[in-house]
Amino acid sequence: MDFYLTALLQGLCFAGIAFGIYISMKIFNIPDITTDGSYTLGGVVTGAMLTHNQPGYIILPAVLLAGGVAGALTGIIHTKLKINALLAGILVMYGLYSINLTILGRSNLPLLSMPTLFSAVNLITDINQNSLMILIVFVLIITIIIGYLLKTDFGIAMRATGNSEPMIRALGVNTDRMKIIGLAIANALTALSGYLVVQQQGFADINMGIGIVIFGLGSVIIAESVINRLRITSVWLSLILVMAGAIIFQFVLAITLNIGINPNMLKGVTAVFVLLIVGLPRLTGRQA
Amino acid sequence: MIQLNNIHKTFNTGKPNEVVAINKVNLQINAGEFVVIVGSNGSGKTTLLNLVAGNILPDSGIITIDGNNVTRLPEYKRSKWIARIFQNPLSGTAADLSIIDNFRLAALRTQTKRLSIGKNEQFKRLVRDKIATLGMGLEDKVEQPIGTLSGGQRQALTLLMSVMDTCKILLLDEPTAALDPRSAGNVLRIADGLIKEYHLTAIMVTHNLKDAGNYGSRIIQMGEGTVLKDIAGKEKDSLQQNELYSWFG
Repeated sequence: MDFYLTALLQGLCFAGIAFGIYISMKIFNIPDITTDGSYTLGGVVTGAMLTHNQPGYIILPAVLLAGGVAGALTGIIHTKLKINALLAGILVMYGLYSINLTILGRSNLPLLSMPTLFSAVNLITDINQNSLMILIVFVLIITIIIGYLLKTDFGIAMRATGNSEPMIRALGVNTDRMKIIGLAIANALTALSGYLVVQQQGFADINMGIGIVIFGLGSVIIAESVINRLRITSVWLSLILVMAGAIIFQFVLAITLNIGINPNMLKGVTAVFVLLIVGLPRLTGRQA
Repeated sequence: MIQLNNIHKTFNTGKPNEVVAINKVNLQINAGEFVVIVGSNGSGKTTLLNLVAGNILPDSGIITIDGNNVTRLPEYKRSKWIARIFQNPLSGTAADLSIIDNFRLAALRTQTKRLSIGKNEQFKRLVRDKIATLGMGLEDKVEQPIGTLSGGQRQALTLLMSVMDTCKILLLDEPTAALDPRSAGNVLRIADGLIKEYHLTAIMVTHNLKDAGNYGSRIIQMGEGTVLKDIAGKEKDSLQQNELYSWFG
């Protein structure tokens, strides 16, 4: 059972990445893979600040800011220099490795005795269940903030930017600026996942972000297949499904490990799993 | 209202496929005029419209709108005067957003989109009442994604969206090219009605010479980036259909 609880905790931690990818890929229609870098950035900023005894209320804004700057940088390269979004993201992600290594100062930083988010708040004596409560509250607040944002006039303009650029430009929106802000928000959320994971697992690692983008993509694709099938238009429901997607994804990985598949094969299995959720609806759709 | 002074625009400068789209054009369009622009493909009529809209900037010359020099102003800043109707109904609306969301954005065309929720019951009622005037029965579908509607319905709604916020100039780029004849007739009637009701200055590019004869207070024929013919007022009203066809003979 603990096995699945850990998966649930992981899934909640990765909700930030899932929301980030949802914003960049579904709302702005931009394939952004700054993710690997900004996730690690969030983690190493948290690790470095914790070891320097910075208070929690400074660490969280710092993490969001760092992720936001990374995303904005990708956005600026994409919109102002007219460079393909994928390449812009790769460039920033690649460059961030050095930044992350500089911030962390070494390749791995243990945080076991540090006062983390999870040790600071004590709701239940059981550590895992306590973490679960904190994470649920945390992710719920994030969901409400994003949901509210997308409902505002600014949020509607965000959604229109990815949907019909000629229209929204004719309606007085600077689409370049909008995309930069969008990527900043997406990567701030991704960094938030790094912030949570580092505190939850008790260490920061320079390689923690390698291939992490697939967790976000997988979560969003799981959510999307439900959204498309049930023709869901509600913003709230979509966000909840994205969050659920992140959790389901972790469960599938946990089950895979539990039935005794060689951990070396985990990434291969993950790739096949993502391929299946992308591919199956298309195959069945063609026959219908 | 709109003034073009010595406007010049070349595409692909210095390349083998260089093309002079607009060649030293001078044009003055007065407030309340409904200008119809006709011309064969490549005559520069759509480029002219895009130069006014701001999604293409001229190589030389000066464009003023309502006395303001807007020559270098990007499209999104000119939206405080201009509303646009695109040839493709998909471009004028955001398909995945609901009708009400599309209208909300249109209602803020000249304003900042703030971090507050403006889509309240009062606004929804206003939009429903406006849409009801179209008589298309769309007022009960405002929560539906606008992409579920037909091209004609979307184009009609886009027209209505253009007057949700203060609007002085309406640019129509072949608004009915993608529509069947009946929807096309509807859309043009709605456009004409709104232009008169809101005293808009309008420019419409069209390939349909019948529409060019029936609508507008002034007709301009373009060819090879210049104004070939420019007829307004009574003379335009008395223009015969076959006379128009003879322009393209």
